[in-house]
Amino acid sequence: MKMITALVRPSKVDAVKTALVALEIIGMTVSDARGFGRQKGQVERYRGNEFTVDFLPKSKIVVVVIDDKVKPAIEAITKAARTGEIGDGKIFVTPVEDTIRIRTGESGEIAL
Amino acid sequence: MPPTFLSDGPPSVETTFDRFRLKVLAGVQDTQLRYYALILLAAGAGLLPLMAGSAHAALQKVPTDGADTLLMLMGSALVLLMTPGLAFFYGGFTRAKNVLNTMMMSFFLMGLIGVLWVVIGYSLSFGVGFKSPFIGGLEAMWLNGVGGPLGDQPLADGFSISATSFALFQGMFAIITPALISGALVERINFKAWFWFCLLWSIFIYCPLAHMVWGGGFLGPLGIGAIDFAGGTVVHIASGVAALVSAAIVGPRTGYPESVRPPHNVPYILLGAGLLWFGWFGFNGASYFAAKGAGLSFVTTSTSASAALLTWCLIEWFRDGKPTAVGAATGAVAGLVGITPAAGFVSVGSSVLIGAAVAAGCYIAVQFSGAGGSGGSAKSTLDESLDAFSVHGVGGTIGALLTGALAVKEMVPADYFPVSAKILEESGNFGLFIVQLKAVLVTYGFVAIGTTIILLIVKATVGLRVTPEDEERGLDFVCHGEEAYDPMTN
Repeated sequence: MKMITALVRPSKVDAVKTALVALEIIGMTVSDARGFGRQKGQVERYRGNEFTVDFLPKSKIVVVVIDDKVKPAIEAITKAARTGEIGDGKIFVTPVEDTIRIRTGESGEIAL
Repeated sequence: MPPTFLSDGPPSVETTFDRFRLKVLAGVQDTQLRYYALILLAAGAGLLPLMAGSAHAALQKVPTDGADTLLMLMGSALVLLMTPGLAFFYGGFTRAKNVLNTMMMSFFLMGLIGVLWVVIGYSLSFGVGFKSPFIGGLEAMWLNGVGGPLGDQPLADGFSISATSFALFQGMFAIITPALISGALVERINFKAWFWFCLLWSIFIYCPLAHMVWGGGFLGPLGIGAIDFAGGTVVHIASGVAALVSAAIVGPRTGYPESVRPPHNVPYILLGAGLLWFGWFGFNGASYFAAKGAGLSFVTTSTSASAALLTWCLIEWFRDGKPTAVGAATGAVAGLVGITPAAGFVSVGSSVLIGAAVAAGCYIAVQFSGAGGSGGSAKSTLDESLDAFSVHGVGGTIGALLTGALAVKEMVPADYFPVSAKILEESGNFGLFIVQLKAVLVTYGFVAIGTTIILLIVKATVGLRVTPEDEERGLDFVCHGEEAYDPMTN
């Protein structure tokens, strides 16, 4: 099992979800996030005040998949979230030791 | 000047045009009548021909008129709504952790000043008991005797609005004026200090100023002759100057200017500006005091705001490439401030000019006061947080001066504005401009000194600021024990 953490543009969340569901990956967690990479911040003006906003809104999608699906999932996310401009986001993959379904107590891949 | 609407508007002296309660109020008192007559004789001899048949019409008793009184009651409701509108306008600009405190600084005054006004404020502003050109009296405390036993008697000779509707209407102005000052003090002042500051400021600054300009005092149309239709001087210059002085005395927010954040909720700012514009129809429009002619002040109010909004956005568009929502909201408010002293005295064309001029002036002012602006080293010590001076002070000043330059003679009838009409007749708009300038300077001086004294007293007794730790925690919790937005309450 691997955990895939994808930081994407908020406007791409739906597209990513659809692409993952199409691979029969069901279940994921999405949260609002703020951050910056190469995109850096943006300049905003309010009356006489000028602000450089460093942290831009992103969505953080977390999904845990079996090893066989890691590669297709990454491809699906990349394809769905890409615009080609700076600021498209990043994907991190980390190993997962175990998964437990709270309702039944089942563990391992069956609990995914 | 299209004579068409004039023919049935202001010159219908028999009903009411006015605003200048001073004479009116004075008219009901015998002693005051004599005072009046003296002033009229002294100042008005030369304008008898001008006043022609209307001279005594103004002082004739007219019955209370239902439509005119209803205008005042509707106007009172509209002006009241400006205070929560201002709360949203200011609340949108602050950090999320301070939004409730910021909004309470306005909203709370509907309680505090609402009571104070009835108890003593009205009497100090529009009473005549002290026979002073600077302050009213105590005879109308608790609105004693206002409007007769049933509250339906006219305000004064020449006025067909009921005295009670006038007292309520004026109370709404008294509420919003200190609320405007809060823009300079948000995110750091202790709420107890705000309570005492507003109480003292209202009694010792607002009431005397209202008396001087509107209550028959020395700045108004019976004094040096300055005209102020709905409060450019009394409300906007006064609150703007007080804001500037308090920002300097209370000091900047901790970490300013680096710590300044963008507005936490721009839609609130637009909501607030919309409510302010809506309420301003009462503020300026109903200040006409007569339903028949009020169309003029309603129109000028709205056209000035439109012109200012447009001007502000066009400046931004040319300069930065994008018109902003905050700019549109600020421009509209600036235009409303600018037309306030002029609304019933100028043509519709002039109102567009005033709106555009005020927007340009206030735009320049906020560039200097902004944290990222051009104010140089001053910007790190003077934290005029929400631009109360740059919009209300600067806008009110430009508006008051342009009122002198653009007032139309026929709209400043001598029976209600004897000294002002005489000045217009004898030395034209330039003469009135000079008088307006004097009134502006007197207001700046009086408000700046008075506000300083009050703040120093409050500082020495209850203290002005919360601690830097409390600032960091957020004033919503520290001052009120509440949070506006709690993600865990779903």
